[in-house]
Amino acid sequence: MQTYFIELSYLLASILFILGLKGLSHPETAKRGMHLAEFGMLMAIVGTLVHHEIITYTWIITGLVIGSLVGLAMGVWVPMTAMPQRTALSHAFGAFAAALVGVSEYYRHFEAGVHLDRITMAALGFEVMLGSLTTTGSLLAFAKLQGLVRGTPLTYKGQNVFNMALLTATTAIFIYLIVAPGSMPLFFTMVGLSLAFGILLVIPIGAADMPVVMSLLNSYAGLASAATGFVLSNNVLIIAGTLDGFSGFILSVLMCRAMNRSITNVLFGAFGSAAAEATAIGDGRQGTMREVGLDDVAVQLAYAHQVVFVPGYGMATAQAQHAVRELANVLEKRGVTVKYGIHPVAGRMPGHMNVLLAEANVPYSSLYELEQINPELPATDVAIVIGANDVVNPDARDNPASPIAGMPIIEVDRAKSVVVLKRGQGKGFSGLENPLFFKPVTGMLYGDAKDSLTHLVQAVQHA
Amino acid sequence: MRSETLIASLYVFALAAFLGYQVISRVPPLLHTPLMSATNAISGISLVGSLVTAGARYNTVSTILGFIAVVCSTTNVVGGFVITDRMLKMFKRKPTAPEKAVGKKR
Repeated sequence: MQTYFIELSYLLASILFILGLKGLSHPETAKRGMHLAEFGMLMAIVGTLVHHEIITYTWIITGLVIGSLVGLAMGVWVPMTAMPQRTALSHAFGAFAAALVGVSEYYRHFEAGVHLDRITMAALGFEVMLGSLTTTGSLLAFAKLQGLVRGTPLTYKGQNVFNMALLTATTAIFIYLIVAPGSMPLFFTMVGLSLAFGILLVIPIGAADMPVVMSLLNSYAGLASAATGFVLSNNVLIIAGTLDGFSGFILSVLMCRAMNRSITNVLFGAFGSAAAEATAIGDGRQGTMREVGLDDVAVQLAYAHQVVFVPGYGMATAQAQHAVRELANVLEKRGVTVKYGIHPVAGRMPGHMNVLLAEANVPYSSLYELEQINPELPATDVAIVIGANDVVNPDARDNPASPIAGMPIIEVDRAKSVVVLKRGQGKGFSGLENPLFFKPVTGMLYGDAKDSLTHLVQAVQHA
Repeated sequence: MRSETLIASLYVFALAAFLGYQVISRVPPLLHTPLMSATNAISGISLVGSLVTAGARYNTVSTILGFIAVVCSTTNVVGGFVITDRMLKMFKRKPTAPEKAVGKKR
């Protein structure tokens, strides 16, 4: 009877999770979908609490209370600009929990002198390895995104060979443990190596590649949960973990496609250093950048028919999304059509820019995807680039020797006029030179993006 | 684990993967950040595994590990859902005034 109750609550939860994710196919249905998923989660937890193996509730309740408080605090107070960091941290938590359950299962059988059978040991090995490497990898990603560690890729000679050797050693131990699960020191060596591997995997990855890494870690965290499901023979865990794993996988593929690179290239390519070589070769196109004044830009904007904003990570760091919205409001009042072109890899995680602009009350019907905005650009009077760089770099289209050659870009250089809001004259995160800045059609507006935009609002009002 | 259990689990895994692919590839790029935080919250379901470990009194080590796992997963579940809701509330079709105008045209 009790088993039926538990299993039925899991079945209900699984169905509600799938319906919840299905709701996310449209912004109108998304909220309702999430409420379904939340209800499903509640059911699954209530169902589990009657499990016959549970003897004491002290630790369970304490854990639930602490976790809820921390989660609630994070949920309510984390600003939208910090969403990538928060997501990285939650990947780490999820993966860590999976790893701990795995270690605990192993330890419990070891203590009781029961040998794990090969199938369970294989699943458990996957769970613990994926869980451990995702924990440390995500923590490092968090540190990079939070600015605790420098975002530039760290590479050294023989890095890939070393990583491969480490991976091979870990796999070898894993296979040995499947055959002979009794060796506790080996098991913990495997855990240790996986923890180290997670760090080494993320160290060489630059800030511009973060969307791919975030998606990939998402995938690993999900698969670790799915593996937990195999160990515990728990179907709802398998289903939820697999959904998470595949969601992350699909996002990684989409992000890679948006950069015209393969996953192996992102993980083992160490982008930043290759970029430096390519620009060293140089080309004759480097002229002078044309600086424009606030008032000139304001006049251009005030008498434009259509203006397109192209935001990048710089908008997030400058917290400029509200100022963008104010400027758009002023322009729309004057009858200017305002659109936003969002590149899939703009920002530090998939969909980052959309969330920031939504926070600033930009209606989602004004947000255009890459393929939708490009045909609009020739008819655009002014394209304003706010803290974006690689995603508007015409080299990706024109220069086959460029490290980002073939990456689809938002072709702002086809607009009648381009204004680039940039903090200084330096290169972007990827260290690539951007020929867009030297084109005659481009004007550079230096300074903090938020200040520039706020001043533009006033200037347009007076124009 | 018996081999029948493994086969049944593999069935569930394969079908969930297939379904997940179908459902998730329909999510527009607009909602990719909420998607990530929602799937994160959902995979916090590993909480049900941690709950048993924390409450079953197998041995002290297991209880401690289980307890930490409960804290981590609950943080993910609660934080993930709260933040997803918060994000989704921000996505609006149009400011209220033009929406009415569209309604009249229909």
